[in-house]
Amino acid sequence: MKLYKKEGNILQIISFPTESAEKGDYLLVEDQDAGKALIAQVIDVQFAAVPGVLEELLRTLPDGGEPLQGEDIDPMEIAPHITYIQDASLLICKIRATLENEMLSPSSSWLPSRSQSTIKKLSIPMLMKMAKIDGKLPIILGGTKDSSLLTIDASSIDGTLNIITGKKGCGKSHLSKLLMVNLIGYKATVVIFDLNGEYSSLGMTNDGKRNMYYDKIHTLTPSQNFKVALEQLHLNTVMGILVHALHLPGTSAREFRQLWKMLKEKGKLNMHELGEAIRDLNCNQQVRDALASRFHSLVNSGFFTDYPGEATLLEESLLKAKEQGGAIVINLKNTSNIDRQIVVEYVLGKLVDSLSSWKLKAVFLFAEEAHLYLRETYWDDIVTRMRHLGIFTTFITNQPDTIQETIYRQADNIFLFNFTNEHDLDVVSRAARVDAETVRSIARDLPPHHCLTLGKVVSDFPIVARVRALDIKTLGETRLFFKDMN
Amino acid sequence: MVIEQYTITEKYNFPQPTIDTTLPQRFLEQSLYSLKQVQHQPFQLNTQNFQQLNTTEQYPSSLQLKPQPILIKPDRQETLIVAIDTSTIKIGETSTGMIIAIRGAITWRQNRVYKYTRLGPFIFHITEENKNQVYNALERAYFCTSYGGSHQAAPNIMQMPTRLASLLERWLQTMLAKTVNHGVLLFDGSLTSGTIDTPAQRMREILSYARRNNSTVLAFSKATTLRANGILITEQLPNHEPPYLLETTGIHFKPPIILLGDVYVARLNKANFAFRLDIDKEIPIPQRMEAIQKLIGNDLYTQSYPETLRLSHILCTFTANEVLAMKHFITRKHGIQLINRPDMHKLLFGPFGKGEIYA
Ligand SMILES: Nc1ncnc2c1ncn2[C@@H]1O[C@H](COP(=O)(O)OP(=O)(O)OP(=O)(O)O)[C@@H](O)[C@H]1O
Ligand SMILES: [Mg+2]
Repeated sequence: MKLYKKEGNILQIISFPTESAEKGDYLLVEDQDAGKALIAQVIDVQFAAVPGVLEELLRTLPDGGEPLQGEDIDPMEIAPHITYIQDASLLICKIRATLENEMLSPSSSWLPSRSQSTIKKLSIPMLMKMAKIDGKLPIILGGTKDSSLLTIDASSIDGTLNIITGKKGCGKSHLSKLLMVNLIGYKATVVIFDLNGEYSSLGMTNDGKRNMYYDKIHTLTPSQNFKVALEQLHLNTVMGILVHALHLPGTSAREFRQLWKMLKEKGKLNMHELGEAIRDLNCNQQVRDALASRFHSLVNSGFFTDYPGEATLLEESLLKAKEQGGAIVINLKNTSNIDRQIVVEYVLGKLVDSLSSWKLKAVFLFAEEAHLYLRETYWDDIVTRMRHLGIFTTFITNQPDTIQETIYRQADNIFLFNFTNEHDLDVVSRAARVDAETVRSIARDLPPHHCLTLGKVVSDFPIVARVRALDIKTLGETRLFFKDMN
Repeated sequence: MVIEQYTITEKYNFPQPTIDTTLPQRFLEQSLYSLKQVQHQPFQLNTQNFQQLNTTEQYPSSLQLKPQPILIKPDRQETLIVAIDTSTIKIGETSTGMIIAIRGAITWRQNRVYKYTRLGPFIFHITEENKNQVYNALERAYFCTSYGGSHQAAPNIMQMPTRLASLLERWLQTMLAKTVNHGVLLFDGSLTSGTIDTPAQRMREILSYARRNNSTVLAFSKATTLRANGILITEQLPNHEPPYLLETTGIHFKPPIILLGDVYVARLNKANFAFRLDIDKEIPIPQRMEAIQKLIGNDLYTQSYPETLRLSHILCTFTANEVLAMKHFITRKHGIQLINRPDMHKLLFGPFGKGEIYA
């Protein structure tokens, strides 16, 4: 390989066929005399403008247009050398860092010697060592192209905001499962809003046996094993549900507050009494109707119970998870849109409560397709107040434009799977820790199950890895009509 | 065509069976020999000798161009049209000599499709030390198949590329003359001979082989210096509908140069271009006309030039990419270091492709 050009932080490098370098690979451009080296990543591979190639291609097309047929008697066997030169490629590389005295700096301003520099591939393990990517709490994400492992440190997703995105069926949920089980392994508390009911099997192996996580996976299915008694609720949480999930107007909300306080004082905070109280409420008809219809929604959700004994699972699960690590899977699979919002509102309220009162230290929240249940005002909350309290969120989506701009700007890590759609790539490119060229050129070519990891976990050295398989029973795979039809 | 058949010799393929392949075999041997030689005392190459020897055609002042065109019309009777060309290029200089490459191409039209066979490239490392050995070995290879003869004077090192290319070209022409029946053979250049590159005897022989096989040799010159009344013969075109030929008279050269053909100007299509065309003197006029009419009835034209010949030319011409590849070959495989390379620059920035990479 030979250095050809440098423009800003882009290097152009000539590479011959035997030196195969591909998109995503890292190169070390070492200038011995300067005592420095550039670390650059291949973001595109093009044909080198080898002189004469056009002539060569053209001369196989005679005037009549029919391609020329012929034979070469090439006794000295020059032809392979011709192909070798003709197939030289131009590697477009993005400078990621400068290496000097074994220290990395983000500088890309110096110019290495074109004639003296040596260029060689930088293996991922070497890069990880230089960038100190692996740490004390390793999580093996998967294998890189040079058959080494991409290992990140769990502490680099501690306190962070993450996005996992990519086309349908490319392996996003799989990666979040991988992250989750590893976090649990390090005794973390994880909560997942499981839209497709695919996380409850985290505790089982592929062939249906219990695995080491079995006791740490707590699946909560609303209105089945997951219910809540009013007396366990904070007024704020209930108000959240009524106002945000059920759109209760302001006057009625004020009325409800009074009711709630009254029932609480009387020690009659339960659904039955609440229903009675609304019926007997002495107020304007409209307000009463509004409250009655919301009450019916609450009843219909099946999520509320008057038997406190039925409503202990979340509390218990959180407690267990706190002690030995665990995942609380909020299974939203068969839950209606409204009920989903009620449940999410409740769970988030509960988490904030527990964190505020230090019943919980921190929780890793995974949210699949959050736009389907996360109300508008929560997005900002998540990156500010909730994060401050210790809720570290990972958004998982195949529609990147459903995640709010603020999240992109603040995201610490992005796990990017394949996207071909321009618009999707544009959206992801907005993330602060990502450069658009890298995203565009690499994400487009990612095979299924391959992920471009960007951000803090990889010390801002974007790395492509094939996410490793998990011996976990898969549920809720992408649904297909023709599958199993033969 | 016989040329299409090959057998595996020790390692390489060569045309077979009626064809004597001594010459290409020797080309390969001498090429490898020249590349493998260890140079003990490095010669300083005498760069004084580096001007190309310019053998301008001596044109006789008595040359006349008949103004009345000979009209021709396409004869579409299926006829094999075969064209030959060779090419040579200097790849670079070493401390003791220079590296050159030679390649030949034969093109023909068969079932409306153009086909070709290329021979080469052969790469030589020519030095003051080995030029005699290389040249004489190749000359001998040629002579022993024809009539055996005198030793040629050792050529100037700068003449070696064209001399070796001519040898290959004459050999290819001989092979075609011997094997093609009732065809039209297109040569690049003129039928002027008696020069060092084109000994008269050798050319005579080629023409007579062709005649024996009822084939006609038509030689097209891409450029000519022949003038009549002071104007290039190809630039005095009568205002007449092409295709036509113009006849010349009164051409005489100073000995030892002799002309084995009659010289015409050929304008083969509407394009306002004409070429010098030499046709074997020994061929009766009707057969000459038949040959040229079959040519225009069977071949295509760009700018009044036969497509088979154009293809032969571009197929053997070296592209910049190929030169890079051959440099790669000699340094990688033979460990020969090139020093300054004047031709490279011309090659990279001249008529062939624009070479940004090594800018
Ligand atoms: N790294 C991997 N190794 C082996 N199998 C995988 C891997 N990643 C994903 N899979 C499998 O591929 C299928 C699709 O993966 P997954 O459900 O994670 O995709 P997804 O991106 O979440 O899809 P959707 O957009 O539908 O939610 C699943 O059956 C999963 O088990
Ligand atoms: Mg999924």
